[in-house]
Amino acid sequence: MSTDTIDDTDRTPTGGFAAEPVSKVGDRVFSGLSRGAGIIILVTLAGVAMFLVWNAMPALTASSKEIGPGGDEGNGKGFLSYVGTLAFGTVWAALLALLIAVPFGVAIALYISHYAPKRLSRTLGYVIDLLAAIPSVVYGLWGIFVLAPTMADHVYPWFSDHLGFVPMFSGKVLASGRSMATVALVLAVMILPIITAISREVFLQTPRLNEEAALALGATRWEMIRIAVLPYGKSGVISGAMLGLGRALGETMAVALILAPANVYSLKLFTSQNPNTIAANIALQFPESTGLEVNTLIATGLVLFAITLFVNLMSRRAARGNIF
Amino acid sequence: MRISSKRLIATAIVASLALAACGGDDDTTPAADEPAADGMAQVSGTLIGAGSSAQAAAMAAWQAGFQATNPDATIEYDPIGSGGGREQFLAGATDFAGSDAFLKDEEYQTSIDRCVGDQGAINLPHYISPIAVAYNLPGVDSLNLTSAVIAGIFAGTITKWNDPAIADANAGAVLPDEDINPVHRSDESGTTENFSDYLAAVQPDIWTFGKVKAWPDGIGGEGAPQTSGVVQALKAGEGSIGYADASQVGDLSVALIGVGDSFVAYTPEAAAKSVEVSNRVEGRSPYDFGFSLDRTTTEAGVYPITLVSYHIVCLQYDDQAKVDLIKSFMEYAGSEEGQNAAAAAAGSAPISADLRAQLLESVNAVTLAG
Repeated sequence: MSTDTIDDTDRTPTGGFAAEPVSKVGDRVFSGLSRGAGIIILVTLAGVAMFLVWNAMPALTASSKEIGPGGDEGNGKGFLSYVGTLAFGTVWAALLALLIAVPFGVAIALYISHYAPKRLSRTLGYVIDLLAAIPSVVYGLWGIFVLAPTMADHVYPWFSDHLGFVPMFSGKVLASGRSMATVALVLAVMILPIITAISREVFLQTPRLNEEAALALGATRWEMIRIAVLPYGKSGVISGAMLGLGRALGETMAVALILAPANVYSLKLFTSQNPNTIAANIALQFPESTGLEVNTLIATGLVLFAITLFVNLMSRRAARGNIF
Repeated sequence: MRISSKRLIATAIVASLALAACGGDDDTTPAADEPAADGMAQVSGTLIGAGSSAQAAAMAAWQAGFQATNPDATIEYDPIGSGGGREQFLAGATDFAGSDAFLKDEEYQTSIDRCVGDQGAINLPHYISPIAVAYNLPGVDSLNLTSAVIAGIFAGTITKWNDPAIADANAGAVLPDEDINPVHRSDESGTTENFSDYLAAVQPDIWTFGKVKAWPDGIGGEGAPQTSGVVQALKAGEGSIGYADASQVGDLSVALIGVGDSFVAYTPEAAAKSVEVSNRVEGRSPYDFGFSLDRTTTEAGVYPITLVSYHIVCLQYDDQAKVDLIKSFMEYAGSEEGQNAAAAAAGSAPISADLRAQLLESVNAVTLAG
């Protein structure tokens, strides 16, 4: 930038040029407040991390015989064996939910941004946002009383009968439907709003010129979306998906209410043997835990914290377009 | 280093409650506010307990019943689980503990240090609850299950409803060619502990997992949280069978349990009898009523799958007000009135008149340290 060019940002609101930066009391107060808020967030995060590490230490350093089910009597199998299936279940459930929710979320977002009539799109967007306002315990109750029995009666048996050769669909269908498939469906509904909302916003921001250029070249509406809208919105979709993944990883009540847990590594979706998630396991076991059992649960919380942190970092990078 | 934040919080709460209680004691209440004493000695102050969640519903009934006659007394009870209850009691944070298991030997030794004097703590079995084996099998209204069949079903070795072992004990019943779906608690629980204790005692060759609080890995079955979750899973899944507190099974069908040559339905009387045929644990105070439940009894009319939950109290306290409170509340909980209140609220089995009289003697043995 050459020195004789005057940048607009140097102008004061009245249009003149200030000899020195304006600094009134309000300015200093506001900058102080916002800096304070920023620092408090960092301190809180550090505090949570320290709490987790400090309280997890006894479980991480104890002899493996004391950790896990039966640890009271010295029959435990150790922390890694305990947290392994939980971490697996957490990631597996969240990935399944993502697999279901992303195509739906993107399709809904495209419909709202490019297909639906104006009035309908506004209503639809509002309804989708409303989904995010439903408490997760309500999703859990709906899942266990409505979704699980319905799916177990009408849907899962069909998959099991016709696609049973696929490992995921094999095994005996659990009659109450409290299986991984139901959890994944409920989680998918729960993360749908955030994926839809973020995708919709980025699709709406596609430069009008790009879209019109595509149409002028003879593209149909679908082709226009494919060559103009989707590439432009890709990073938004990815960061929306990552945020959804973060929520699915940490979801507690819905999973705790629905899932029939067992301490196993299993990819099967319909059986009674499902790996539990970390958050749901803490909710399940905490009320009657004492001493080292509490430390063990907090240590699993630390693992969840690490997983979530990793996902969030990835989503940051994805939003900047540094991966994929 | 083993810091339990939950315990810290609980201790803080307990401490603040205790402070509040002390503050109340210091007040000189005008005599006019005192309810007229009509024969029964009224007590006042705050009694703090924690422990078993199994007796939480009964405890609510006891609190209400006790405070109706002693409006100046407050009973606090935190259902944090039996292990936590004993831990807090032995640490001196609470006045009494609720526990689904009597004090272990080493815990009894600790209690001698914890309590004033040298007599330690005693176990009072104030809550006896039958554990029902409930099932969901339309068309089969009555089911006889021998202990071997129950152990086989829950250990995963009997997997079909029309298994010959089940059919043998149920002549005339039409058993479907359906898979059995055994339902168990997914959280740690005193119910699981007592149920597995029964299985391990009667069929150690089939149920090889011993007495466990958490369901063992690798034997399958559907896990469900808390008693309500088990009942819900049973209702939702045809072909399911599970164990749950008898008062909570609602309209599910309940199996008759093989004892000796007959099959016994759970009734309060049959459950209360399971304590009478059992031996008291040895090496304790003569006032202690910890029972090693005899699950293998063949005596007719005894229901062997029961959960006994205790109140654990010191034999000596250093404060007369506390002694009065403990005696008064424990006397009420073990009285006919208290037992009936618990039965109405929680579906427990009232203890027999005999045991009631013995427990009253134990309660009366609680004294001020001399």
